[in-house]
Amino acid sequence: MMITLSGQAVTGRVAVGPVHVLSRGLALEDVAAAPGEPAAELKRLEAALEQASAELEDLANQAREKAGDEGALLFEVHAMLLEDDDFLDAVKDRIRDDQVCAPYAVAQAGIELSEAFRAMKTEYMRQRAADMRDVSSLLVRCLTGAPMAIQEPDEPYILAAEDLAPSETMRLNRSLLLGFLTASGSLQSHTAILARSMDLPALVGVGEVDPAWEGRTAVLDGQTGTAYIDPDEALVKTATAHQERQRSDRERLQELIGKENVTIDGRRVEVFANIGGPQDMEAVQANDAGGIGLFRSEFLYLEAKDFPSEEEQFAAYKRVVEAMEGKKVVIRTLDIGADKQVGYFGLDREENPALGYRAIRICLTRPEIFKRQLRAILRASAFGTVSIMFPMIISLEEVRRAKAVLAECRTELEQEGVPIGSTEVGIMVETPAAAILADELAEEVDFFSIGTNDLTQYTLAIDRQNPKLAPFYDPHHPAILRMIQGTVEAGHRHGCWVGICGELGADLSLTETFLRMGVDELSVAPAAILPLRDQIRKLDLRD
Amino acid sequence: MAINFQYTITEDMGLHARPAGLLAKKAKALSSKVTVSCHETTCDARKLIQLMSLEAQKGDTLDITVSGEAEETEAGELSAFLKEVL
Repeated sequence: MMITLSGQAVTGRVAVGPVHVLSRGLALEDVAAAPGEPAAELKRLEAALEQASAELEDLANQAREKAGDEGALLFEVHAMLLEDDDFLDAVKDRIRDDQVCAPYAVAQAGIELSEAFRAMKTEYMRQRAADMRDVSSLLVRCLTGAPMAIQEPDEPYILAAEDLAPSETMRLNRSLLLGFLTASGSLQSHTAILARSMDLPALVGVGEVDPAWEGRTAVLDGQTGTAYIDPDEALVKTATAHQERQRSDRERLQELIGKENVTIDGRRVEVFANIGGPQDMEAVQANDAGGIGLFRSEFLYLEAKDFPSEEEQFAAYKRVVEAMEGKKVVIRTLDIGADKQVGYFGLDREENPALGYRAIRICLTRPEIFKRQLRAILRASAFGTVSIMFPMIISLEEVRRAKAVLAECRTELEQEGVPIGSTEVGIMVETPAAAILADELAEEVDFFSIGTNDLTQYTLAIDRQNPKLAPFYDPHHPAILRMIQGTVEAGHRHGCWVGICGELGADLSLTETFLRMGVDELSVAPAAILPLRDQIRKLDLRD
Repeated sequence: MAINFQYTITEDMGLHARPAGLLAKKAKALSSKVTVSCHETTCDARKLIQLMSLEAQKGDTLDITVSGEAEETEAGELSAFLKEVL
């Protein structure tokens, strides 16, 4: 009998293969009771606690590398649970009173407390039962020296689990995974994040995962949000064909890694990545970006409760710059305001925020904020190749003022003896004013990056968030294309390189048009890089 | 003489794992005994799991009691800390 499950699909991918139901090698229920001498067991517990904290610290550091402070948080919470007095008392009481071995005492205390979480009223707290179990089994493992919790098959498989703990997603051998099926979890769960970053199909929240599915065939259809256990032959056939196509597409695209981005007739173009923070670096590297064309520096400000310090900003920029190993990193200075509001900036409500107090307008009127960021960027420039880009420019005067503040920061740092690199300076061309003044502006800067999202909205006077305006909205509007062309030509007349970092950059139907215009660089989301490079290599600009 | 004060949670996710963990850490660093009550349950602020069990949400008021020799300064410190994380 075929079993049909439905859940939330994380990606539109399809997979077919044998199911492996995640057995946590150390199910707490399986830890056997054995007698123990209290003094010795307590000593053993102390040593294991130390080892477990060290492992959690390690995992936190790894997660911080991959996903920033937010990623590390979970492991920090696990470390705190490990130190919790109630948990430790529950363990120690069992060792003393029942004279059992430490692993059994830990397992029983872990079960008891995870049940307590499971009985709580809010969904959030009920979910913490998995954390309590994760922490307890880590401690049991440290006590017994048992191998890593996850036992994986040695051929490709679909992983089924109640949900994946973050420590588990970190430890999985990613090369064998075909897809994920989880009973609980949401599109924001760790499983979903992992699936997205690996571009694998995942169905989360299917309700239940039965250990009896082990080894049976499953089809995961990310397009319909359906999974089938023991699917019929027709389903397997379609899914297999689909999976093959995906694989060959992906392999074909993977072959582009390391190759030049040249058209058939030999025209070279840079393909860079747009990122929102260090957490995107894994995807940047997996897709072999030639550089970072747009580093949206707002993320630190949006996540924080107060102005991020120079030190915090420096650390984040440095991490990205170092990871790029000398490849260009274009850091856009703060673009806050409009749709990106932050409480501590104390900005007033505006009738018309898109035309309001935002981006460079804030920076030029609040130099203390601007200088702190510029100093952090300049300091990071000592570790690679950094370009600085100012957003929302409408006049020559603004560029000169911004450059003056930058020069001031540079002089200060030099006097302080802090090492800094040389940096290119450029602007976003995202207002009609900047596009029209491109000739004059080009004399002041080293490069232009065309922000097509705002440029389109300001040129067409259309708010893209408003669905009623959809019939009037033409992303290929001749006015936009003509502005882009004019900007590219003006830039080139004055020795600037010109790139596109808006969504249009990834629009494959325009790639040829852009290359004919002479665009030097296209910066797109990491997942769009390889398809774009594929398109570039198919073009022939002769005739 | 213990010091008692109230704090209303403004953090969207309520007293979730992270602020609870930070609070437990903070309470451990103080010399005073600190208890937190919410929904008629009282717990020791040094204990993370107990704090999480309060399931205090945004808008809920925590009733905090600080007692010890340095209670006055420490209550002030704790109140500033809560504003910051919760």
